[in-house]
Amino acid sequence: MTQLINDTGFLTEDPAQWIPSDHIIDLTSDTDPAKLSDLLHGMELVRVDFPSFADGRGFTLARLIRQHGFQGHLRARGHVIADQYAMARRSGFDDVEIDDVLAARQPEAQWLARANWQDHDYQSRLRGLAA
Amino acid sequence: MYRYTDFDTAFVAERNAQFRAQVERRIDGSLTEDEFKPLRLMNGLYLQLHAYMLRVAVPYGTLNSAQMRQLAMIADRWDKGYGHFTTRQNIQFNWPKLRDVPDMLDALAEVQMHAIQTSGNTIRNVTADHFAGAAADEIADPRPVAELIRQWSTDHPEFQFLPRKFKVAVTGSPNDRAVTKAHDIGLRMVRNDAGDAGFEVIVGGGLGRTPMIGKIINSFLPEADLLPYLEAIVSVWNLLGRRDNKYKSRIKITVHEHGLDDIRARVEERFALLKSAFTGIDQQLYAGIKADFAPPAFSTRDTGPFDLSYANDPVFRAWVDSNVNAHRAPGYAIAQISLKAHGATPGDATSDQMRLMADLAAQYGHDELRVSHEQNIVLPHVHKADLPAVHAALKTLGLATANIGKISDIIACPGMDYCALATARSIPVAQEIATRYNELKLENDIGDLKIKISGCINACGHHHVGHIGILGLDRAGVENYQITLGGDHTETAQVGQRTGPGFAYDEIVPAVERIVDTYLSERTDADETFIDTFRRVGMTPFKTALYGEAEKRAKAA
Repeated sequence: MTQLINDTGFLTEDPAQWIPSDHIIDLTSDTDPAKLSDLLHGMELVRVDFPSFADGRGFTLARLIRQHGFQGHLRARGHVIADQYAMARRSGFDDVEIDDVLAARQPEAQWLARANWQDHDYQSRLRGLAA
Repeated sequence: MYRYTDFDTAFVAERNAQFRAQVERRIDGSLTEDEFKPLRLMNGLYLQLHAYMLRVAVPYGTLNSAQMRQLAMIADRWDKGYGHFTTRQNIQFNWPKLRDVPDMLDALAEVQMHAIQTSGNTIRNVTADHFAGAAADEIADPRPVAELIRQWSTDHPEFQFLPRKFKVAVTGSPNDRAVTKAHDIGLRMVRNDAGDAGFEVIVGGGLGRTPMIGKIINSFLPEADLLPYLEAIVSVWNLLGRRDNKYKSRIKITVHEHGLDDIRARVEERFALLKSAFTGIDQQLYAGIKADFAPPAFSTRDTGPFDLSYANDPVFRAWVDSNVNAHRAPGYAIAQISLKAHGATPGDATSDQMRLMADLAAQYGHDELRVSHEQNIVLPHVHKADLPAVHAALKTLGLATANIGKISDIIACPGMDYCALATARSIPVAQEIATRYNELKLENDIGDLKIKISGCINACGHHHVGHIGILGLDRAGVENYQITLGGDHTETAQVGQRTGPGFAYDEIVPAVERIVDTYLSERTDADETFIDTFRRVGMTPFKTALYGEAEKRAKAA
């Protein structure tokens, strides 16, 4: 089983559950960025895989996906640790999906401690976005 | 100098609180050792051979006296009373305890310092010309650019888990003192034909086991496009850089494997996609940062005391001739404090020495100090009339060694005395060479000569770009030192050539002597420097001096 997490903490319901499966795509972390436009076409939920927390490609993929104009639901799935929650949100992800073992090791409070990801953000400051 | 905004102060406080919690979460098991490692590294904390090591950022090498005094306090309170200044203009404390580190970070924050991104697979502390804002040959001050990049790269959400580390250096002078061609990205501040300010962007330089001189990816990038362009380069590399082999993950290998043209095309495309995210606010912040770096109020005074001492005191004169550089303001000078006393550990300073340097900066130096990548300390703004007093004070604590740019001004990595990666000792080799040439009294006659020593193939001692480079390796459990000649760390950067087989620990100093003797006999006159002689005569006479007899013996046998 897995655990979904957003700024409110551990979720009991999937906010993207209504999205039909043919509008969902799973991207691996080695996805070719040149193919993003085609892959995203018609999609409403994009899940980007994090095979290891040390593999930071997913953050750049999220940023590119948003920069291509994707307005749908963007989810980081796999080995993402609480310390990376702010990075995930700042890169454009809506939420994070981790396995139950990790959720037990890093309980809800450790994720909520990073729910203030909009504060202290140099990128928002440099881009003139409200911090 | 840059002063933290409220934003910077709040950011560092939040970051320190996060790290304090991460240490606790490691202890309670919330974080595995594997997960904790990159988190401590991105906060400057290494695990070395004997202990933890905390690497503190000195952004673009600039410090004020209060910051230097705080470093001395930290050395006394949580370390062994000294610190080590590094080739990336940082300072390292070699003996902290893990549980003390959060307190050390809070002490740094009190004086607007931190240890963020001095390690790990992140964009590291940005380095710049250590004479910035003072040098007579400068086009523009690189420090505001370096500070802008510091802010952009700090905690950048996409770039905390890169394929490998990423280093940026900036120079505002045509005489490159920041080794920009040996960085992942080197920026040279230039003007185009229309007089507009911009950058020459160099990519894919680096030392390590595969030394590469950086290549020009963009010969003129308009100033306002800097951040989106840097972001495009790092974004391309973050997805394209190899993650299967850490020795092939640096951008120099990515550029080498894909070709410069291919990388340039990808970067241009990515830049077009990312540029719209920057609305010009960054340029307003940049203008504010520039104002912080306004030059100090230089005074107009008689240089009489300087002229008198220079004429009458040969020790002072020797120090001025080797350690003092031209300043742009009339009557002023740039004074370098050598951390290379003969026989001492290159780059080390005791807490007493740090406090003395802080006092001198406060009293005579417009409150500024710099750390050079050559592991010395710079007082960038000293009036010449004050130089005799500065020199006299430096002498009291062994800081008046007159050897900047000379054979004993050696860059050396910590080597096997501290480092877990090292395969050989570097510090004792540097100490022995310096001691030997101090005995021979040949140092001034030899003149400008850069020896750089690394204790392993990762090349932290920059040996590839030393006029004489020394690389310590392990050969079946025995230290063996390879020599390269003809390396150059300046705007005419070159990687040195290997002389041939390496030398044992007890043979390396005599080998250096044979090289130096060859230079002295081959040079046209005392004005021809080592590197010029090497370029004129080539490797052959040096090879003969190093291996000639052995080769003859081999042939005779």
